[in-house]
Amino acid sequence: MSGLLELRGVTVKYTLTGGSRRRELTAVDDVSFTLQSGEMLGLVGESGCGKSTLGRAILRLVPLSAGEVHWQGRRIDRLRRKEFRGLRRELQLVFQDPNACLDPRMTIVESVAEPLRSSEPGLPRAQRIARATALLDEVGLDSELSDRYPHQASGGQLQRAGIARALILDPRLVVCDEPVSALDVSVQGQIVNLLARIRRERGLASLFISHNLAVVAGLCERVMVMYLGRIVEIAPRAALLPAPLHPYSRMLLDSVPRISPAARRRPVAVPVATDPDAPVAGCAFAARCPHVIAHCRSELPPLQARPDGRLVACHRAAEWPGGLPPATA
Amino acid sequence: MNGRGGLWRDALLRLAANRVACASLAILMLMIVAAIVGPLLLDYRQDEIDWAHMAVPPLTAEGHWLGTDRLGRDLLVRTLHGLRVSMGIAMLATLVSLAIGVSWGAVAGYLRGRTDALMMRVVDVLYALPQVFFVIILTVVFGRSPATLLVAIGAFGWLTMARIVRGQALALREREFVEAAIVGGAGTARIVTRHIIPNLLGPVIVYATLTVPQVILVESFLSFLGIGIQEPLASLGNLIADGAVEMETASWMLLVPASCLVLVVFCFNFLGDGLRDALDPRDH
Amino acid sequence: MLAYVARRLLGAIPTLAVIVTLSFVLTRLAPGGPFDEEQALAPEIRANLEAAYDLDQPVAIQFGRYLAGLLHGDFGPSYKFRDFTVTELIASGLPVSLTIGAAAIILAIALGIPAGIWAALRQHRLADRMVMSLAVAGISVPVFVVAPFLALVFGIWLRWLPVAGWTAGRPGDLVLPVVTLALPVIAYLARLTRGSLLEVLRAPWIRAARARGLAPRRILLAHALPAALLPVVSFLGPAVAAVLTGSLVVETIFGLPGMGRHLVQGALNRDYTLVMGMVIVYAALMIALNLAADLAYAWLDPRIRRERRL
Ligand SMILES: Nc1ncnc2c1ncn2[C@@H]1O[C@H](COP(=O)(O)OP(=O)(O)O)[C@@H](O)[C@H]1O
Ligand SMILES: [Mg+2]
Repeated sequence: MSGLLELRGVTVKYTLTGGSRRRELTAVDDVSFTLQSGEMLGLVGESGCGKSTLGRAILRLVPLSAGEVHWQGRRIDRLRRKEFRGLRRELQLVFQDPNACLDPRMTIVESVAEPLRSSEPGLPRAQRIARATALLDEVGLDSELSDRYPHQASGGQLQRAGIARALILDPRLVVCDEPVSALDVSVQGQIVNLLARIRRERGLASLFISHNLAVVAGLCERVMVMYLGRIVEIAPRAALLPAPLHPYSRMLLDSVPRISPAARRRPVAVPVATDPDAPVAGCAFAARCPHVIAHCRSELPPLQARPDGRLVACHRAAEWPGGLPPATA
Repeated sequence: MNGRGGLWRDALLRLAANRVACASLAILMLMIVAAIVGPLLLDYRQDEIDWAHMAVPPLTAEGHWLGTDRLGRDLLVRTLHGLRVSMGIAMLATLVSLAIGVSWGAVAGYLRGRTDALMMRVVDVLYALPQVFFVIILTVVFGRSPATLLVAIGAFGWLTMARIVRGQALALREREFVEAAIVGGAGTARIVTRHIIPNLLGPVIVYATLTVPQVILVESFLSFLGIGIQEPLASLGNLIADGAVEMETASWMLLVPASCLVLVVFCFNFLGDGLRDALDPRDH
Repeated sequence: MLAYVARRLLGAIPTLAVIVTLSFVLTRLAPGGPFDEEQALAPEIRANLEAAYDLDQPVAIQFGRYLAGLLHGDFGPSYKFRDFTVTELIASGLPVSLTIGAAAIILAIALGIPAGIWAALRQHRLADRMVMSLAVAGISVPVFVVAPFLALVFGIWLRWLPVAGWTAGRPGDLVLPVVTLALPVIAYLARLTRGSLLEVLRAPWIRAARARGLAPRRILLAHALPAALLPVVSFLGPAVAAVLTGSLVVETIFGLPGMGRHLVQGALNRDYTLVMGMVIVYAALMIALNLAADLAYAWLDPRIRRERRL
């Protein structure tokens, strides 16, 4: 079964410059998954765990250090730049920060229309603008705003424009990188609803990234949980919510309803730069895991399929086949 | 509403609302026009000696609006000529430093890494040199011609521009709208011409405007000391030097070119500040 | 901190080396020799002259000898002042230049910083506006306009002060040159002090101190000022550069026999060794004083001090 998009062992390392020694930071580590045509797949994890990097790697905004990306059965991570440009119209991205992703010196409608220049070079400007305006209308942006500049619009309005720009080439997959986390809470719901509607109407596939499990669970049938660059669990929403298999998934679920200051202040795990010659052993979550055993610290648990098809990367997952219960604190 | 380039029009409107900047622009325009056509319309040439009117104060002798110097040369004509020379050199030197600075900074900022470090090291070393003194050495070595002056001043003028442009280019590369354009299928040429350069232009224009008066000051400084523009060619600097010699008996010879210089420098600075405010869309 | 000082001292050496090399190379690039202008020089005499000034040697050897001389404080002979060596000219000019330069810096600190504080404490009021307008004027009007203007007003119209001259020990001679040099620095310092103090006074920790009920005077003197003056210290480096450059004009106008006047004379005479020697001394002065200002800054800034000690 080969899906629309398939990742195999994708690894992305950043080389940190500065300082005398060369150091590396593994932002995405050995990630594999398949995304089906028309599917909305969620990716959730703490800030800094490598979600954006994964999304950017799929779109070739950062180079892969290892692994393969396949698009409709064809390997695309080795394509030359020119060849890849043909694929740009199929693969699009919605950015996290709507203020930063539109050129401040272009009007909103110009930015939205811009991708048409390279995809349909012959199209006259008036028609490009007309197409962009129609699309802006579809995503619910007031037509009078389309001639404005980004600094004259609000975050929610700009994010509608960002979505329109991603849609103008009529792509088959849209990576949505935390499209609502930079917005006011009051606007978040509107944008989530917009995305759900577009997806329904157009039958798009999407990789939906968020650090907020509640948002992901509301939109996606299937959810991947990421911890420090590795996927620790992949499960259908209906199975994950009541019965998470990975202790980290449990932790995320437990933190969802309480947006208390204490929960926010919980230490966040960020990847640390390592000496490329001395890899660290064991499960990255071991240090925070309430169920940790000695084995966890010495050996990395691989992401393995259970008989029911759910995937989890935990040595002890077999001990709780019915899922982990909420922590009683 | 706003068509293409509307942001520039908005900036222009903001500039138009800034009275000090507008007044400065108007005065500068007037002075530039006067410096170019004024000497043609007036009755005297800059080196023409009026034997009947030597060292006359302003408004006392017919035809000599601002008086004459001790040789009987018309001060208005000489000041306009001086303005022409000083502004001409300043603008050319600014263009030179603009060309070098923008390309140097843009390349360093775009390529990043080792190349960037090396290129900026060069800038740092040149920055650490006492610039005025090196300009003096250059004029000593290559003679005191306007061309030497132009090259010598331009040779240092680009440093700050290079730093500004590099900083902007580095920052712009990291900005998400550049990535968004890549995702939209834009090639390098398009990204540079449509996204990087328009966003660089504002600070470059502002800094260039502020460079002109600095160059005028350096040139006048050297001409004042006698190592810049040489007689009989007039520049604001050597006119002020002449005036300083004669100030005991003919103070207008000092006051006329000095006020002209101060006025030009003030206007350029006010205009630069106004442009800075007008071109930054975030502050409004 | 000690390591920091050492590192900065070492860092100054390459800059100085670049300056010496560059000025040497530039003067040797000169089209024609220094004696070209002297007409009808008999070939033997010319050869003798060139031998005396080492000009018949390869450039590398000339440079080597020049460097060796520099290390002993020997800047070589002057091409035009045949009776003096460059070193003698420097020795005669340096004290004059240093005197007016130091006096100008001290005057600027004594006036500029209090003016800035005063303006900050009276923000948006008349005093503030006055100080700031004067500061803008002080910054924009160049020394070579201020100098003759002051001479005109105070020397010629009012006859309060001598316009030119240098008689050892007559302080009146120094007033106009020092004031002229100090004015732009006063203006910069006032503006900088005002801005930095206003920023500090808005900072949360100052507001906290106020909330704790500390006396305003105590907050200002013990807390706000030390923090606000830190950026001012870092301006002293550029201030020194401005004063040294300005001294060229001031010494020329007021007829002071300092280094600046020698440099200008040397430049007018195309006296290569003299210009080169003066530029090297000026550059060394600037680098040294800049370094001193930076070190003072590092020493005063608690963050840097702590970091360096670790
Ligand atoms: N360009 C970069 N260079 C070096 N490190 C980076 C870069 N971009 C991201 N990182 C690091 O990689 C890690 C993952 O970042 P990111 O993918 O943005 O996480 P997320 O989107 O999950 O918050 C973080 O620790 C971040 O600091
Ligand atoms: Mg992210």
